[in-house]
Order: sequence, then structure tokens, then C-alpha cells
Amino acid sequence: MAGELPTTDEATQDSGAAPGRRAFVTACGALAVTTLLVELGTDLEAEEQAEGPERYDPREHYYGMGIDIDKCIGCGRCVEACKAENDVPRDAHSFRTWVERYVIHADGETAVDSPSGGIEGFPEPTGEAGVLRTFFVPKLCNHCANPPCVQVCPVGATFTTEDGVVLVDEEYCIGCRYCIQACPYGARFLHPTRRTAQKCTFCYHRVVRGLVPACVEVCPTGARIFGEVHRRSSPLERFRRFNEIQVLKPHLNTDPKVFYANLDGQVR
Amino acid sequence: MAGRSARRWVAAVPQQVRHLGAIFALLVAGLVGARQVLVPKTFGERGHYRAAAVDSIVAQEIGYAGHAACETCHPDIADKKGQSYHRGVACEVCHGPQAAHVLAPMDHKPPAPRERAYCPLCHGYNPSRPTGFPQIDPVLHNPVRPCISCHDPHDPTPPHPPESCAACHGEIARTKAISYHAELPCTQCHAVDRRHSVSPRQQRPSKPTTREFCGRCHAQDADSPPEIPRVDLASHGPGYVCWQCHYPHHPEAR
Repeated sequence: MAGELPTTDEATQDSGAAPGRRAFVTACGALAVTTLLVELGTDLEAEEQAEGPERYDPREHYYGMGIDIDKCIGCGRCVEACKAENDVPRDAHSFRTWVERYVIHADGETAVDSPSGGIEGFPEPTGEAGVLRTFFVPKLCNHCANPPCVQVCPVGATFTTEDGVVLVDEEYCIGCRYCIQACPYGARFLHPTRRTAQKCTFCYHRVVRGLVPACVEVCPTGARIFGEVHRRSSPLERFRRFNEIQVLKPHLNTDPKVFYANLDGQVR
Repeated sequence: MAGRSARRWVAAVPQQVRHLGAIFALLVAGLVGARQVLVPKTFGERGHYRAAAVDSIVAQEIGYAGHAACETCHPDIADKKGQSYHRGVACEVCHGPQAAHVLAPMDHKPPAPRERAYCPLCHGYNPSRPTGFPQIDPVLHNPVRPCISCHDPHDPTPPHPPESCAACHGEIARTKAISYHAELPCTQCHAVDRRHSVSPRQQRPSKPTTREFCGRCHAQDADSPPEIPRVDLASHGPGYVCWQCHYPHHPEAR
């Protein structure tokens, strides 16, 4: 036995490294095929899951909202509807949408207030100088095409969907509040009990079912218009054709998708 | 045969390379394993996020059913409301979120606000509201009586047209009441068509269009009581109609 071994060794060495290399290449090939099969398997699984009963394809949509300042009566029904629909805490700091009142006084002072987000209406404005002009501005997440909040999230828990809605992954949010700091529109808040960041979702659960967001549904004067950007048959595109449109803080290049008509220059 | 030759091939590789290879293989396996454990299951399927997060957001239940759902069962009310001033007001503005009522109509009855405090959320006077939106002063407008005793919320045109201008234009009436023009009736300056009280936006009252109109009281040679302030129409602010600078309902020159 002991004498035989070296001869076989030599024999293999004589015939070169060919069989060894072949074995190695075969092993590599087998490994590659297995990985490919595993990948394919998971892909198939994912496709099966995506084929729900509604067959909603996010790639066919791209959402935005229009707000007509001249129609807003500051009744706060949108704030109420948002809180009821999305189970938003009814405290003075948690709002996915809220209504601000701007009062520009005759002496040039601009006062902005939003008592309880406007959910209970607004008291008459006070001030020494007379009122030059005054109006309401509904606010919500602008669902920026270039969102600063998504950039700063350290765990990738906030993201933009294919249909242009910025969402928060509640299971992976660590509640670090970077996104709340980064949002230039103040549209995010920390949920007081869940300790995760929350924001307007454009009522994504309603939108995929073919309904409009709750705030749009209840707006009694039609000041809020929901629809798709860049689709001519969308009510939002009609709104954008017939009005002079502005966005909030355009100099920040966040490319917001909430479009305001008849917006006053004082609005920030 | 293959196993044996592989063992020989491994034996031919220098020992230090074998050890390095083992460490390298361990590192790669560790990396792959760590990725399997750390990267969420559905991450990257649709983008740089967990696709399952979207599914859990989509799974949220709806509260507001939408006005189309209401109209399928209540076409009579939808018809009535559709021809009234409240045609743009969705049912769930006043009746609250009613998806539960749509699923089980008998178990969940929608509430209807009947108290007087509810309607002024939209119709109470507030200077920030857009001009022309119908507003009342809740303190002065038929105090204490609930709104629905005169107005049907599904067709809110008042049963009889308002009798005084102040019923709708309370803010102007109150401003004028403390001004020098307190004694003047609205019709002194505005020609008001009778139909304005029924269709306020179709029949708008007129406004004075000439300087001579104000001059009938305020010109130097006007036939009016001597305590009324006079101006020289030829030299005082030529080119403007008086109300472009002076607010007639509170005409202090500022």
C-alpha cells in the first residue's frame, strides 16, 4: 500500500494538472448553476406574490396633488379626515396634513398660525394694525421627486415608490429623527407611542384601490385635487393647465409634487 | 477517481496559498451569510427598499368609503344634493368615515351632526375665507335655533330669501355701523337686483363708477348738510374713483 501511493502520485503529476482542473471547473459550474436556480426560484415566488387580485401596477402611475388657495375655507375637514383615516394621534404635534392661516397686517408683519392644525377652525385674527390680506394654506408632505428625507435615512427605512409616493417602513424605522430634521416642509413627525417617523402617504392604501386620498374626498370646496402628473386625462393636469402653478421652496430643488394655485408670495 | 485527483491537486498547491485560500473562502462565506441574515427578505425587489413594507402599508383598512359608494344605495339624496349648492360636498364630510356602514349597513348607522356648532365650521364668518363664500355670524344669525330648522343640509338654499343685507354681509354691516356712513342704507350706493338675495353670484349689486357719484354729497358745491367734508373734485386725486382710495364702509381718509 505504502509503496503504491507515490507511483499513483507520480502518474497524476505526469499526466499534468488536467483532471484536477477539470474537477475544479466542474465544481465551479455546479455551484454557479445551483445559485442561478436558487435566484430563479426566489424570482418566481416574488412574481406569484405580486399578482394580487387588484393587479395594481405602480409603474403605470405617478401621483401628485393640486391645492387651490382661493378655494380653501379653512374648515379643517381635511385634517379631521386624515386623522380618522390614518389613526393619527390627536395631539397638537402629530399631523400628516394641516391648515395654516396667513395674516398679512397693514404694517407688513406676516403672522402664521395653525391652532390644532385647524381641525376646530380658526378664531378671528388679532393685531394692532389692520389686516391687509389673509388666507388659508393647506399643507402636507410634498412627495418630492428629489426628497431630502430619503437621502438622510441611515437604515433605508424611507423610500420613494415607483408611483412617486414617499413612504416610511415602520418595521425598520429606528426613530432617529434625521428625516424629520431634513424635511424642509415640516411634514414629518415622530409617532408618540410607536416611536417611528410618520408622514402623509397620499393615502396609499386608498389610492391602490382606486379611491382618492381622504383629505381630497372630504374637501367641501374642491380646493384639493388629486391625480397623476404628466397624464393629460388626469384632473391634476387639467388643474395645472388652467392655473398658474407654484411649489413651496422651489430654490431647494426638492422638486415637490404638491402644486399650489394662487399662492401668495409670503407663503413659506 | 475525481476525488483522489482533486486531493492530489490540492496537495500540489503551496501550503501558504492553501491557508490564504481557506481564509478567503471563510471571508466570502461570512459575507454571504451575513447578507442573508441582515438584508431584509424582500429588499431590492422593486427598488432600494423592502417591498413587504409597501404591502403592509397597502393592507391598511380604509375608513372613508367615498361618495360613489354612498350614491349607489342613496340615489334620492344624491340627486337632491347634486342640484343644490352642496353638490361638491361629499357625504362623509358631515356623516364621518363610513366604510363600516357600507360593509354592514344595519350594524353601523352614520351619525348626522344636528348641533348648531357644526355648520359654522364652514359657514361661520372668518375674514380669511375667500370672498363670496356664504358666511354668517353665528352670534347674530337667528341665535340658538339649530341650522337644520331652516336649512336642509342636502339642499341648503334658505326657505325664504334673506331680508336684510346684514344677514350675509355681517362684517360690512358691522364696520359701517361704527363709521360716518352708519346712517346710509346700502341701496344709497348699490343698485341691488331683487334676485341677488336668491342667486347672489348671478346678480351682483352695482358699485359707484364715477367721482361725481360721491360728489353729490362731498363736492364743494354739493347740496348737502354743511358738516359733510368737502373736496375739490377737480384737484383731489384726479383720475381715480373715490373708493379706490377711501373705503366707503369706513371712510376715514388714511
